[in-house]
Amino acid sequence: MWFFSDEHRMLQDTVRQFAKSDLAPKIEKLDHEEGFNRESFYKMGELGLLGIIVPEEDGGTGLDAVAATIAMEEMGAVDASTTLSYLAHTILCVNQIAKNGSAEQKKKYLPKLISGEHIGGMGMSEPDAGSDALGMKTKAVRAGDQFVLNGSKTWITNGPIGDTFYVYAKTGEAKRDVSTFIVERGMTGFSTGKKFSKMGMRASPTGELVFADCRVPAANRVGDEGSSVRMMMRNLDIERITISGISLGCARASIEVATQYAKERKQFGKPIGAFQQIQERLTEAAAWYEACRALTYSAAKMWDEGLMVGKEASMMAAKAKLQSAQMATQVALDAIQILGGYGYTREFPVERYMRDAKLMEIGAGTNEILRVIIARQMLGEAADA
Amino acid sequence: MHFHETAIQLEIRDLAHKFAQKELAPVIEEDEKVERFRPELIQSLGTLGLAGIPVPEEFGGAGLGYSEYVVAIEEIAAVSTAYAISVAVTGLPQVCINLFGNEAQKKKYIPALAKGEAIGAFSLSEAGAGSDAANLRCSARREGDHYIITGTKHWTTQGDSAETIILMARTGGKGPKGISAFIVEKGTPGFQLGKREKKMGCNASHTMELIFNQMKVPAANLLGAEGDGFRIAMTALDSGRITIAAAAIGIAQASLNAATRHAKQREQFGKVIGEFQGVSFMLADMATHLAAARLLVQRAAWLKDHGHPFSTEAAMAKLFATDMAMKTATDAVQILGGSGYTQDFPVERYMREAKVMQIVEGTNQVQRMVIGRSLTK
Repeated sequence: MWFFSDEHRMLQDTVRQFAKSDLAPKIEKLDHEEGFNRESFYKMGELGLLGIIVPEEDGGTGLDAVAATIAMEEMGAVDASTTLSYLAHTILCVNQIAKNGSAEQKKKYLPKLISGEHIGGMGMSEPDAGSDALGMKTKAVRAGDQFVLNGSKTWITNGPIGDTFYVYAKTGEAKRDVSTFIVERGMTGFSTGKKFSKMGMRASPTGELVFADCRVPAANRVGDEGSSVRMMMRNLDIERITISGISLGCARASIEVATQYAKERKQFGKPIGAFQQIQERLTEAAAWYEACRALTYSAAKMWDEGLMVGKEASMMAAKAKLQSAQMATQVALDAIQILGGYGYTREFPVERYMRDAKLMEIGAGTNEILRVIIARQMLGEAADA
Repeated sequence: MHFHETAIQLEIRDLAHKFAQKELAPVIEEDEKVERFRPELIQSLGTLGLAGIPVPEEFGGAGLGYSEYVVAIEEIAAVSTAYAISVAVTGLPQVCINLFGNEAQKKKYIPALAKGEAIGAFSLSEAGAGSDAANLRCSARREGDHYIITGTKHWTTQGDSAETIILMARTGGKGPKGISAFIVEKGTPGFQLGKREKKMGCNASHTMELIFNQMKVPAANLLGAEGDGFRIAMTALDSGRITIAAAAIGIAQASLNAATRHAKQREQFGKVIGEFQGVSFMLADMATHLAAARLLVQRAAWLKDHGHPFSTEAAMAKLFATDMAMKTATDAVQILGGSGYTQDFPVERYMREAKVMQIVEGTNQVQRMVIGRSLTK
């Protein structure tokens, strides 16, 4: 993007190289077998990617939203699965602890999460609480110097393999009586439930977290009791901007593969790129991708400049995700179409790009809930009349 | 114009539906994962009279029309696109031989295919001949009582299980007029199976590379005359379009059913999600486009059954129905949300399967070429 700094461009190069050397060689097999690129997290730790927007005084790299989005796009163009796990780790767990945790909590948990020795995740969604996140039922009841958690979380990225989870639970009856707890694998009463087999993002492990009289030290509660809804919602902006980066990556890779194929594949005596139907698919894809790229990085820049405050501005993040996610699915589908029969086989990566891209229309806020959020902002009371 | 199905169509729908539920549904998810095809299921279909629907009764077929054929294919596709394609493809040699074969060829090959005792395949595409099918290079050279065939074919559905394959090869000069069609039997010396494609979906249907190394095919197995091959292939594909469109209807209907069921049950924000316009309007669009596609398929089948030209209408049906199925399946995943993205529910499979329908039997870009030409020529 025209406003990337030299630091941004250096980061882009670094991540692009990392993706090529550490992610590309493994993703096909991992996707097919539903594995996980654990080693890559150590390397990401070394490169300073895991604490990318954590302040340096907390052990992070101290970069900005634009940088984080660049990292997501570059990795997403090669291996969206690992990028999704990276997002859950870095944005949903690490960033939240850095922003909201006490000095002790940060000291205890951030170093290993930032080095990659530990993998983090976040627990919000439940079987009966998807779009209706505040409908969650997992309870946390105070018992002396502990909280006892009961309930379950589902669709948790890194659930099956994570070490440290940033978990939301109800500490009261009212809708907004939500508190946050840092839960470690190994704590009594905490287990990870089933692992989901998914259409795409198959190398990002997704599973259930089960709390059965799970005992969490009171010191692990983040912030004040019942104060988590605002913290939860505030993090959604950066989550939506950065996950848009993954969509951009999927789309960019799709366009690159399809364009190369259109130049090389000959039928009826000419490269298929000479046919206008192919040109139409490619050009529409390229233009929509550019638009989403501009929207996404603009939203990131607004966040960095402090313009992403209040609901007005955070609509930008929702708009960026709403557009980018839909764009990536369509672009990937069209890339398969351009590659024809070959595009449908696993010999080419475009079918994986499509399977991966679809997730972004659902996770981190479905298209539908984003429309509700934007509508409420635009229409005020009229939206909920 | 009739908008109600006839008694025979209802009977076929019921038969095919029960077959799909009883024989396919229990095995298909696992079979898809391990890439297993069950030839015995085609045999079961044959026993039910569903493996050779459009072929004359004297050869073991049901002697019905495409208006009946599409009903069976739709019901099978609602459970498995792989088997819907398998049924459509096993029909292609039957159709080709019935239209262009001599009496001896009809008597020899059609009955076993119609009864599902033999499986049929259709081998046209090559590495350099996809949409540009006339560019094929597989060669057939006459030598005494045989043709010697050499070349490699791609994308041959059930090329590994098939007993009877219609093969297009070049006997003459360049272009369509140099192509001939042959009936090839499994096990013919010189016939080798190449690789099996690993696909995004429909893996219970095997997509094969076929390699012919000086394969000797009896001259009696030439279908029609030398040079007829391209026309035979295009004629087969014209009808094939209707069956693929029918399969798309099946996928879309299954997707819509799953999405509607979920919308009526899933509660969020204190109500069933079907009460939110965001969801109900999506369902409304899905249902409307599905209804329109269904009518296009029925129209193409009716025209063919009544001896009218139907090529353009078949292309429209294929184009519209498969694009519609892709969108419907994708929207079904969306409506099922996180659950829809997992393999706990079938909608992600429908989405992966719907994509291939926009590509096979003439990509939707080729369909537009056909329709565009019919308008502007």
